[in-house]
Amino acid sequence: MAINRIRKFLVSSVLLTTAFTASAETFVFTAIPDEDETKLVERFRGVADYLSEQLDAEVRYIPVKSYAAAVSAFRNNQVQLAWFGGLSGVQARRLVPGSEAIAQGVEDEAFETYFIANTSTGIKPAEEFSELTDELKGKTFTFGSKGSTSGRLMPEYYIRETFGDKPEDVFSRVGFSGNHTRTLRLVEAGTYQVGALNFQVWQKELGDGNIDTDAVEVIWKTPAYPDYQWTIRGDVDERFGEGFKGRVKEALLNLKDPALLESFPRSGFIPASNDDYEPIRKTAEEIGILD
Amino acid sequence: MLSYPTVRTSLAFLAIAVVGLAFADISITAANPWRDLGNFFLGVVTPNFFSSEGLLTALLRTVAFAFVGVALGSFFGFFLALAYRSWPVRTFCAFIRAIHELFWALIFLQFFGFHPLTGVLAIAIPYAGIFAKVYSEILDEADPDPGRLLPPGTGRISAFLYSKIPDCWAQMRTYTAYRLECGLRSSAILGFVGLPTLGFYLEASFSQGLYSDAGAMLILFYVLIATLPLWVRPRLIPFYVLGAPFFLGEGLPIVWGNVQRFFTQDIIPSPIRNGEGVAGLMSWAGDLMVEQALPGIWNTVVLTQVALVVTGILALLAFPLISNHFGGPVRRTTGHILLVIGRSTPEYILAYILLQLWGPSMLPAVIALALHNGAIIGHLIGKQTNTLQLRPDATTGFSRYTWELVPRVYRSFLAFLFYRWEIIMRETAILGILGIYTLGFYVDSAIQNIQFDKAMILILITAALNIGIDTLGRFIRRKLALQTMPTC
Repeated sequence: MAINRIRKFLVSSVLLTTAFTASAETFVFTAIPDEDETKLVERFRGVADYLSEQLDAEVRYIPVKSYAAAVSAFRNNQVQLAWFGGLSGVQARRLVPGSEAIAQGVEDEAFETYFIANTSTGIKPAEEFSELTDELKGKTFTFGSKGSTSGRLMPEYYIRETFGDKPEDVFSRVGFSGNHTRTLRLVEAGTYQVGALNFQVWQKELGDGNIDTDAVEVIWKTPAYPDYQWTIRGDVDERFGEGFKGRVKEALLNLKDPALLESFPRSGFIPASNDDYEPIRKTAEEIGILD
Repeated sequence: MLSYPTVRTSLAFLAIAVVGLAFADISITAANPWRDLGNFFLGVVTPNFFSSEGLLTALLRTVAFAFVGVALGSFFGFFLALAYRSWPVRTFCAFIRAIHELFWALIFLQFFGFHPLTGVLAIAIPYAGIFAKVYSEILDEADPDPGRLLPPGTGRISAFLYSKIPDCWAQMRTYTAYRLECGLRSSAILGFVGLPTLGFYLEASFSQGLYSDAGAMLILFYVLIATLPLWVRPRLIPFYVLGAPFFLGEGLPIVWGNVQRFFTQDIIPSPIRNGEGVAGLMSWAGDLMVEQALPGIWNTVVLTQVALVVTGILALLAFPLISNHFGGPVRRTTGHILLVIGRSTPEYILAYILLQLWGPSMLPAVIALALHNGAIIGHLIGKQTNTLQLRPDATTGFSRYTWELVPRVYRSFLAFLFYRWEIIMRETAILGILGIYTLGFYVDSAIQNIQFDKAMILILITAALNIGIDTLGRFIRRKLALQTMPTC
């Protein structure tokens, strides 16, 4: 009886091992976890299928738990391509010489951060951030992830610029929600009074009817800055064959599937270059996130 | 009463906690904390076991990582235990166990990445340090008489195997089995940093408010732990240990150049890397101390002291739940279930849940630490009261509690509490990753900013703090002549 069970157990373990030994050269990519995981997995499995078809190679998406984990996986060559935010892209390209931003969303040329507030605070929308200084002082505030461009870097930059102080000194409590969807939910629920998030996430959730507009509203929009982009390692041609990088770039630029684009949400992808992200690098250096 | 050292010590710690409470950030910031808590419990009673295709795989991986990690830990721990008399070995063991599994995982993630080795080593290394200590304590307490009766000229290895091991075997086996339960908890929470165990899915469903999915995962985890004695039979263990490595998943291949880069570049303080000289290094270290290390240490200590005392209070309140001296079998069964749930849920997961529901402050962390640790100590003390025989005419009810039972178990209660002091601090530090401003918060921030030099120094500071508390705890236990067996 016991022997039988053990035999079954051993057989199944052998089967499982063989099943897990995938082919050697799989093209692996990741993305920063900026939104709810279910949505990300759905979106990037679609991208993996699309790329695998276009490139005629095995393509795999790996979900990660933090922005830094995405950057580390890219740097460690465990993934060769990543959908980064402005800041994580700059960090990654600094760490991997030869890596390149190859494509960005149409909307990423001029991205924005929305500051949102729970309506119980009574804060009214303003054109200039400086009009809100008195009302914002002493409120509770949440960023998105610590490594986010639209959820951390840019809002922190404007807070420091306008108040001349660190966020911890302006607000009574400063938190990091983890991602944009969570920032929205936390401010909507009143756990934090004010928050800052990616404007695309706001608009998409609003369009899908997922926001209680009686509970939360946009109080200020930042000026535009460059954000998300696809970044690829410089050594992919050596590993996957001559011209591979070009083919990936072309495949991304030709991505036209409306459902897939809608899931980002982007209206399409356009070429990008490392230099496009200079403003982000300078901002990050200014507030001490990059040394 | 004040003449008793145990009472004086207790009051001193109580006073420290009350002062700490004045400095601690305790509040509920969520607008509707009770509605969310209600939704969560609703989710637990309406579990959805079919939410994620990966759930069963995650459960399998959780078990596999626990087996491999604990097996390696006990193997190396045993050999370290043999040399535990030498102080370099002792210091080394104290150091590796002072660093939490999650910190080890965060370190290995930077160069092994998503390879199974990351999770295995994250468990095996700190566990080896703990096994070494406990095994050596067990071996030291072995009866010396059998060794004296051996014929002259017996080799050292034979003497060890024939006179020491037989006496210690049962105790070592019990302790190792117990550590396996701890290993399952450790393995589950590794998912929170991205390894493919239960925590990965738990975090995902929780953060999206999918409480029925999260509830199903918690229930499966409790069942897994509650049924341990049924499926972990001594004879099956070799097969589990040999089979487990095949169920870790393939992960992503290791690139060895990354390992070298991590140790030769990443963790070298940036002023040295950039050749800014001693002055640069001093100002770098000064900033790190003032802006991160000191606030982190302060918050970690405050939270630990408050949590320690609340844990104690909770344990004293909880032990009657399973004590034979009160109530009937129905109530005791309910009590058992409550305490099993409390001690099976890792603090990290409890704190994560409460933080989501109540908003960020030290309160969710204090409650989480107290629930988990209080349930463990309450369980042990409750079991101890069941061995006590009271006079047939002993008082009943509240008087029985205050005058008969508490005084009789108070010393072992304190022993357990001081034993867990260091464990509570280790957890307190790690809870920072969830957004409470303890040392873990600053470690996580440094890692998010890809500043591994800072992260390493903060981890070393955390380890030093733990070693300090461990030493102090042992000193107090010795001073008060308290003895205890290890818990995790």
